[in-house]
Amino acid sequence: MSGREQILGRIRRALADAGPAPEIPRDYLRTHGDRTPDATADLLAAHLTEYRATVHRAAGDAVAPLLARLLAERGARSVLVPAGLPPHWLAAADQVRIDDRSDSTPYELDAVDSVVTGCALAIAETGTIVLDGGPGQGRRRISLVPDHHICVVRVPDQVVDSVPQAVALLDPTRPLTWISGPSATSDIELDRVEGVHGPRTLEVVLLTAQ
Amino acid sequence: MTGTGGTGPGAPTDLGMPGFPPFPAAAREAVRDDTLRANLRRATHTIRDKRARAVAELADWEQLRAAGKAVKDHTLRHLDRYLIQLEAAVTAAGGTVHWAVDAAEANRIVTDLVLATGEREVVKVKSMATQETGLNEALEAAGIAAYETDLAELIVQLGHDRPSHILVPAIHRNRGEIRDVFAAEMGRWGRPAPGGLGDDPRELAEAARLHLREKFLRAKVAVSGANFMVAETGTMVVFESEGNGRMCLTLPETLISVVGIEKVVPTFRDLEVFLQTLPRSSTAERMNPYTTMWTGLGPSQGAESDGPTAFHLVLLDNGRTDTLADEVGRQALRCIRCSACLNVCPVYERAGGHAYGSVYPGPIGAILSPQLRGTASEIDASLPYASTLCGACYEVCPVAIDIPEVLVHLRERVAQGGPVTREGIRVRIRPARGHTAERAAMRAARLLLDHPGALRAGERLLARARRLRPRRLPGPGRAWTDSRELPPVPAEPFRDWWARERGGRA
Ligand code: SF4
Repeated sequence: MSGREQILGRIRRALADAGPAPEIPRDYLRTHGDRTPDATADLLAAHLTEYRATVHRAAGDAVAPLLARLLAERGARSVLVPAGLPPHWLAAADQVRIDDRSDSTPYELDAVDSVVTGCALAIAETGTIVLDGGPGQGRRRISLVPDHHICVVRVPDQVVDSVPQAVALLDPTRPLTWISGPSATSDIELDRVEGVHGPRTLEVVLLTAQ
Repeated sequence: MTGTGGTGPGAPTDLGMPGFPPFPAAAREAVRDDTLRANLRRATHTIRDKRARAVAELADWEQLRAAGKAVKDHTLRHLDRYLIQLEAAVTAAGGTVHWAVDAAEANRIVTDLVLATGEREVVKVKSMATQETGLNEALEAAGIAAYETDLAELIVQLGHDRPSHILVPAIHRNRGEIRDVFAAEMGRWGRPAPGGLGDDPRELAEAARLHLREKFLRAKVAVSGANFMVAETGTMVVFESEGNGRMCLTLPETLISVVGIEKVVPTFRDLEVFLQTLPRSSTAERMNPYTTMWTGLGPSQGAESDGPTAFHLVLLDNGRTDTLADEVGRQALRCIRCSACLNVCPVYERAGGHAYGSVYPGPIGAILSPQLRGTASEIDASLPYASTLCGACYEVCPVAIDIPEVLVHLRERVAQGGPVTREGIRVRIRPARGHTAERAAMRAARLLLDHPGALRAGERLLARARRLRPRRLPGPGRAWTDSRELPPVPAEPFRDWWARERGGRA
């Protein structure tokens, strides 16, 4: 008998005496607060900051000079650019551009200084940005290997209040990466240290239309 | 039977810690180790306090807890159906599903998969399931080096040590000890620690970053577990903090995930419950820094591929279906391994994780290990007694596992015998004749725990005579402490501690 048949058979025998399956109560809250879009964006900023991401704000075309400044301040010489990133975002940046390609090796990615991505959405209550590999976000690894990640969030359209709202909007067949602050560990006497393996610096730009 | 593999029929699986002494003896050693106790106490108290704040932020915590419990119970009730659905979804998304009846079979499957790639090393994401099966040792026997990449697991691996906590496996080590381990051992595994390494956590984390990055960049095969699997879509979910998980899950060409069959949930939507309760219960954060979700090889392959080009899911039984067969005990399968119960447990705090003789320590270990591997061994027969039944574990559990209820149930099984399922077969175990100490312990424990007055009196006496370092309780407690020695000098009586810590709340 295959392992599969053995396990399924054991499960069925184990449950021979079991009663009906319980209904799953869904009376938990959809959000934890009634907020204006501005208040939601502020909460997102506060929670990101608390997890030691750096938050910037920009309106409309001001995103280009802001990104150029952030890359320059970092001393970046090269920047990873996912396909579909709005070209004007990096119009003022003079770093060498590296395309996100399926055949680039981990070593090549490791040699890049910074990466700029958009996101699928951001969650205010938890201070989380979610990437789903859509346009402007690239493969999962590009927001991981370079040491400096700048993520642009369109406010208010890409910001939701809560985890349940986010889950309802996401497509599980896409590769999803949920990011809440930079990589961190608390394994040594529970002292929080940022940037063990992922980017040590996460900057989030909250971008409004005008 | 393919299931028993090389271990022989009836041989207990060792859950990663073979030949360990029973809880009372191991705990006796642990409570004499002052460094260990100090490290543990500081760590558990810090997480415990933070967790309470994180939970208090959500007004609907009790509803989320009830939903989490119901999602898991519902899934377990139809586990066969959901596993078949999961298998179909993973396969449709380009993955391959394997079924492993026990540890030996799981290890054999993984070893064969690695060998087939032609590689001789793998990077690993922290996973209880592969610790449970002893995968690293099995790989090593086949000439494959397995590198743990979680910082704490690295500390444990480099230190030739065993994990002592689900979430923070090196919780028993302080910075000085970690520095020494890094300085002495890193060079034997790869990039050595920088010369003159200090004991600042930042410096230590940087040393680990450099040491491991070398491995991530060249790794072709990774082994992981998963926190959840979604039956509806075939989506796998890994929660983590450091990014080592993301490195392993996205950079290598081949990804092999070994996951207990109880980790499945029906729908993607169900994750909304655990994405709220798991981080707050475990690291006491609103959200852990990284969560990765992937479905087979993803929607697009070839030029557009994102992540590994081969994905294998190994579904692990290893005693879980036996646990499922126990009406009272099956609730242990709801566990989402958050470790909240460890951090509130007065026994864990004093005894440390190693005393439980299993990769599953603390209150959950006390009910899970004896069910996964049976109560034939002394350590497993003694685990249901590794508790004061104070109920703190139940109170914090995000899926409302009534650990005290299961403990009492298992004590009865050990003491009186009764029907159990082992390796899929219904058998009747005899009362634990061979375990005189346990029977004595049980009698005394029952007396003490059924008569709180006796326990209180015993503890007070003990506290008053503190400077004399008594090792035995007087009167009715004597038999109990014969085998389960109390901490030689408890900082204070348990009940006083309880009243102070919990503000008198039941
Ligand atoms: S038993 Fe409950 S509290 Fe303990 S680790 Fe499992 S889910 Fe967490």
